[in-house]
Amino acid sequence: MIEFCGLRLRHRVINASGCFDALSAERVFGEQHFAQFPFAAYVSKTITLAAREGNPPPRLWESAAGLINSIGLPNRGLRAYIDADLPALAGLPVPLITNVMGSTMEEVGELVEALEDQRQVAAIELNVSCPNVATGLDIGADPRGLEALLRHVRPLSSRPLIVKLTPNTADVAACAAGAQAGGADAVSLINTLRAVALAPDGSGAWLGGGSGGLSGPAIRTVALAQVSAVAGRVTIPVVGMGGVSCGRDARELLDAGATLVAVGTESFRDPAAGARIARELEDGFTQIAH
Amino acid sequence: MTAPFGRRRIGVVTRREFGPYVVLGALDELARAQPGQFYMLATAERWGGGEGERPYLARAVSIMRTGQDGLVEFLLEDVGPGTRRLCEAAPGEELAVLGPLGHGFEAPAAGVEVLLAGGGIGIAPLVAVQERWGGQALLGFRDRAHADGAALLREPLIATDDGSAGHHGVVSELLEAELERARRPVYACGPPAMLAAVRQLARKLEVACALALEAPMACGFGACHGCVVATVDGYRRVCVDGPVFDGALLA
Repeated sequence: MIEFCGLRLRHRVINASGCFDALSAERVFGEQHFAQFPFAAYVSKTITLAAREGNPPPRLWESAAGLINSIGLPNRGLRAYIDADLPALAGLPVPLITNVMGSTMEEVGELVEALEDQRQVAAIELNVSCPNVATGLDIGADPRGLEALLRHVRPLSSRPLIVKLTPNTADVAACAAGAQAGGADAVSLINTLRAVALAPDGSGAWLGGGSGGLSGPAIRTVALAQVSAVAGRVTIPVVGMGGVSCGRDARELLDAGATLVAVGTESFRDPAAGARIARELEDGFTQIAH
Repeated sequence: MTAPFGRRRIGVVTRREFGPYVVLGALDELARAQPGQFYMLATAERWGGGEGERPYLARAVSIMRTGQDGLVEFLLEDVGPGTRRLCEAAPGEELAVLGPLGHGFEAPAAGVEVLLAGGGIGIAPLVAVQERWGGQALLGFRDRAHADGAALLREPLIATDDGSAGHHGVVSELLEAELERARRPVYACGPPAMLAAVRQLARKLEVACALALEAPMACGFGACHGCVVATVDGYRRVCVDGPVFDGALLA
């Protein structure tokens, strides 16, 4: 068993938020998928206070060894998450980490506070890649702002707080240090890198949301650099992610200082990828044919 | 019916060409699909690393038909790095697949005859529909070469954009004439402009229409939310809420 922020996990591989939907998977693959759940913990997609429709399509663009997405965090809002999703997730065989995002400190506080009574929620991941309305910067892009955010929400929750850092910042290690100083229990990185895809016919931006986020093998070496920089700066555990496709990729992030590894885009190619990567890690990192 | 969890490998056993189209047959003993369902397809070898380091993600491909002994057939046209690589797959090669996925066509009510309207590569799911439930097929293609795909259906009426085969015009013109003759529910699949015309006709002539939509997908199983379509109830995912939608519910 692996210990992470007080959670006991079967192995070191979890999912990246927004890259696996346990409830949709149950609908498509049946309850069998709970029995062979690929991840050691399940991270929900981002939940916001109010429901969000998400961005207008097209939302996807396949790039060189990667994917640019502009999904826009569609979700039915906090209330529906608590009333409908949590009961539906009761059979989940692994700890549940709920990912939340607010556009102000107060909103994040409200989300975290509302989850305090939900015993199913084992930990909370804070998505701080939301643009600050005043500055246009991600709220997590400024170390002092991030520290202040954590100081505000830390007293509101007894759960482990994991800060999902934004990579779209000048100094990700300084942001991680800010999160730790404010009381974060762990940090996770990297989120997608801001990217733009152009329509083949020259008519401008392809994605309905304008710009998007790049993921997949294309960002793996960036993830390695950022995870390494962050792990060298903080003492709290680090969840490393970015383009992990096989056990060897996962091992490199662990060697760079991560305690857990998250699998994102590879899960789109194969929903069982997390289990394969965990197996490859345990088998001495030999790559299993997939 | 639910799909097996996780990506599997199935072997290609047949490859046939119909003009610019390729029909790949593979053996999947797990496949008991509903017409209109789809698979996520990639080749097991040499997927990626091509021109522009693509393809990377699997491609959503409609099931054309399922046959005896687990045969499942897919209709493909080379329109980019993913479909190009799939079109090259030869018997003996393996595909890495997830599926069958999605919500297919519902069976027509007992004794009700349906009309099938297909455009281009969109004729694929209608092959299975016609095999299962019959129905007059109306097929639209760009030109005579593409119209070779019409051989996949029984006794189709054909339209081509350039008039080089069949009716000179679009398939919705054939559909209007057929519906004027006898109103019937329509099962359709094709490019967006064609489906818009089918919906408009169905509304005007007060017949039901079921449309199999196509959308780029990263996953095919509801995780990425990348394939949404606007409906009267907001965005819906083509992969899990479709790909077949009641035309009246689309926005």
